[in-house]
Amino acid sequence: MIELSEELLLRMYYKMNQARYFEEKLDDLVAKGQVHGTVHLAIGQEASGVMACLALEEGDLVSLSHRGHAQAIGFGLDVNLMMAECLGKYTGYCKGKGGSMHIADLENGNLGANGVVGGGFNLSCGAALTQKYHQTGKVVLCFAGDGATNEGSFHESLNLASVWKLPVVFFIENNQYGMSNPIENHMNIENISDRSEAYNMPGLTIDGNDFLDVYNTVTKALRYARAGKGPVLIEAKTYRYSGHSKSDKQVYRDKREVQEWRKKDPVLKMKEYLRENRIFTEKQILKMEEEASLSIEQAVEFAKKSPQPQLNTILEDVYA
Amino acid sequence: MKTSDMTKMTYRDAIRLGITEEMRLDRDVIFLGEDIGVYGGAFGVSKGLLEEFGEERILDTPISEGAIVGTAVGAATTGLRPVCEIMFMDFITLGLDALVNQGAKMRYMFGGQCRVPMVLRLPAGSGTGAAAQHSQSLEAWLCHVPGLKVVTPSTPAQAKGLIKAAIRDNNPVCFIEHKMLYDTVGLVPLDDEYTLEIGKTIVERPGKDVTIVAYGTTLAKAIEAAEFLDEEGIRVEILNPLTLYPMDMKPIIESVIKTGCLIVAHEAVKTGGVGGEIVARVVESEAFDYLTAPIIRLGGLDVPIPFNQELEAAAVPQRNDFVHGVYRLLNRE
Ligand SMILES: Cc1ncc(C[n+]2csc(CCOP(=O)(O)OP(=O)(O)O)c2C)c(N)n1
Ligand SMILES: [Mg+2]
Repeated sequence: MIELSEELLLRMYYKMNQARYFEEKLDDLVAKGQVHGTVHLAIGQEASGVMACLALEEGDLVSLSHRGHAQAIGFGLDVNLMMAECLGKYTGYCKGKGGSMHIADLENGNLGANGVVGGGFNLSCGAALTQKYHQTGKVVLCFAGDGATNEGSFHESLNLASVWKLPVVFFIENNQYGMSNPIENHMNIENISDRSEAYNMPGLTIDGNDFLDVYNTVTKALRYARAGKGPVLIEAKTYRYSGHSKSDKQVYRDKREVQEWRKKDPVLKMKEYLRENRIFTEKQILKMEEEASLSIEQAVEFAKKSPQPQLNTILEDVYA
Repeated sequence: MKTSDMTKMTYRDAIRLGITEEMRLDRDVIFLGEDIGVYGGAFGVSKGLLEEFGEERILDTPISEGAIVGTAVGAATTGLRPVCEIMFMDFITLGLDALVNQGAKMRYMFGGQCRVPMVLRLPAGSGTGAAAQHSQSLEAWLCHVPGLKVVTPSTPAQAKGLIKAAIRDNNPVCFIEHKMLYDTVGLVPLDDEYTLEIGKTIVERPGKDVTIVAYGTTLAKAIEAAEFLDEEGIRVEILNPLTLYPMDMKPIIESVIKTGCLIVAHEAVKTGGVGGEIVARVVESEAFDYLTAPIIRLGGLDVPIPFNQELEAAAVPQRNDFVHGVYRLLNRE
C-alpha cells in the first residue's frame, strides 16, 4: 500500500473538484457561445486524468490527449492560464494560438494536448529517449483514449519503447467510445491492456473511476519505468458523461448507460472514501469544494479580463 | 436545365445526395470512414446512409486513417469503388503512404494493368475555431502527385456533380470540401445522371477588367468583392478551377488575354500553393504578352492556423484583400 498523507488527499480532492468545475464552467461558456470552436470534456473521467498526474514526480513529463483538461489540472497547470487559452486570450498558455485542444506548458514538462488522435505516442517515446539519454531519471506519462490505440502509432511506439526500454507509461483512458464508436465495434479484445503482451511489456487494466486504483497503479508503473525496466501500458476504464464535443447529439448511446456510470462518479466516490474513513470533517470537505469552485470563477474572470492577442502576433513563433 | 428539376439544398445535403444516387446505381460503391454510421459523419454528410445501405456498405472504421486509405486502395484495385471520409483533411497525413506511394502510382508503375477508382472526401479549411491541426488546406501537396486527381466544389450543385463524377472516375480522386460551405444553400439538379466533368475550369462571373481565379470559401469572398466593385464600374471576371489537378488552364489564359490583370487566391498558405502553379502556367502561355500589371497572389499567411478568432480570420484572404488587389492592378489606389 502506498501511504497517502492528509495533505496529498487534500490536494487530490481539491484537484478533482477543480477539474470538474473547470469543465462544467467551460461547458456553460460554450453553450453561451463565448468559446470559439469546440471543446472536449472529460467530465466523469477526473479520477483518471487528475490522479495519474498526481502520481508523477517533480520533473516528469506528460503528453496530453485532446480530452486533456483534467490531465492538465492534475499536472498542476494554472487554471487561470488554461481558461484564458480556452478563450483565445494572449495570457493563455499558448498566447491564444492553441485553444482548449492544445494546452501546453513545455517549460514544466507538459508536452501539450494533442488534436491528432494518437499523435502523442511516438512523441512520448522521443521525450522518453531524451530522459534516458540525459539520464534524468524522469518518466514520460502519455495519455490517449481507447480509440487512439487503433492508430498505427500506438503499436509502433509500444514496440519501440519496449525494445529500447524507454521510461514511458502509456495511460489509456478507456471511456468506452471513440467518438460514436463503441469499443466492441472497433477492437476485438476485452481489455486494451492485452495489447501490451504483443510487445512483451506489462499491461494493467484498472478502475479509472477509483482514485486510489489510478494513483497506486500509476505510482508503481512510474517506479518500474524509472528503474529502467521499460514501458508500462495502463488501461483505465472510465466514462465521459458529456458528448464527444459540442455538436454531439449522442444518438449512439442510451441515456440509461450514462445514468449507470453516474452512479460510479469518480468525484463522489472519492468524497465517500473521505467520509467513510473520517479523514476530513464535512466542513473541511465542503471548504475544499468551495475553494475549488472559487478558483474556477476567478479563472473565468481572469480570462475574460485578459487582452486579445495583438494582430501582429500572428507572424510570431513560426520559427525558433 | 429547368429550375423545376432543381431543388434548393445545402452543400452537405448535395454531397450526400450524390453519394446516395451513386450507391443506388452501383452496388460496388462502398463508403468507409470514422463515425459515418449512426453518428452520420462529423459534419453530417453521411446522415441516414446507414439506414438505407446497411453496415455492409457503410463501414464505420476504427480510428486508423492508414487503414481507411490503404483498404480503399486495395478494394479499388480489385473491383470495388470505395468512397472514404477522412474526418478532417489534416489527417490525410496518416494515410498518405497508401495514397501517394501506392494508390497514385500503381497503374503507371504496373504498366497500365490496374485501375484505382476511389474517392477521398477531405473536409478542409479554417473558420471553425479548431486551430492548427484541424484547419489546414493541404491541396497543393496532393496536386504534386501524378496519378491523383484533386477536385473542390464551391456550390451545392457543383458538389453533387463533382462527387458523382469522382465516384465514376477510374482514378483516385481527392474531393476537398470546405467546412464553412456545408451550410450554404443553392439549387441542385435532381437528375441522377447529372455530373460535372472532372478537369474543367468554369467562369463563375463574366467581366472584362480583372481576372480572379479562386475556389472554396475564397471564391465567395471574391464574388462579394466583385459585386462591390461592380458599383464602381469595375467588371471583375471570376474563374473557378473546380479541378485543381490536372487543371484546365485554357479558360484562365483566355480570360487573362482579355483583362490583362490576374489575381489568384486561396486560403491555403501562399508559399508553394496552387496559385503559384496557375501563375507560372499563365506566364508560360501567350497570355504573358497581354499582362498589364504584375500578377497578385492572395493566399493564407505562411503560418499554422491560430485558434483566436481574430487571428484566424486574419490568416486567410478576406473580401477586402480582393478589393485592394483590384484597385492596385488598376492603379486606383
Ligand atoms: C488522426 C485523427 N483522426 C481522427 C480525429 C477525430 N477525432 C477526434 S477525437 C476522436 C475520438 C477519439 O477517441 P478516443 O481515442 O477513444 O478518445 P476520446 O475522445 O474517447 O477521449 C476522433 C475520431 C482526430 N482528431 N485525429
Ligand atoms: Mg474513447
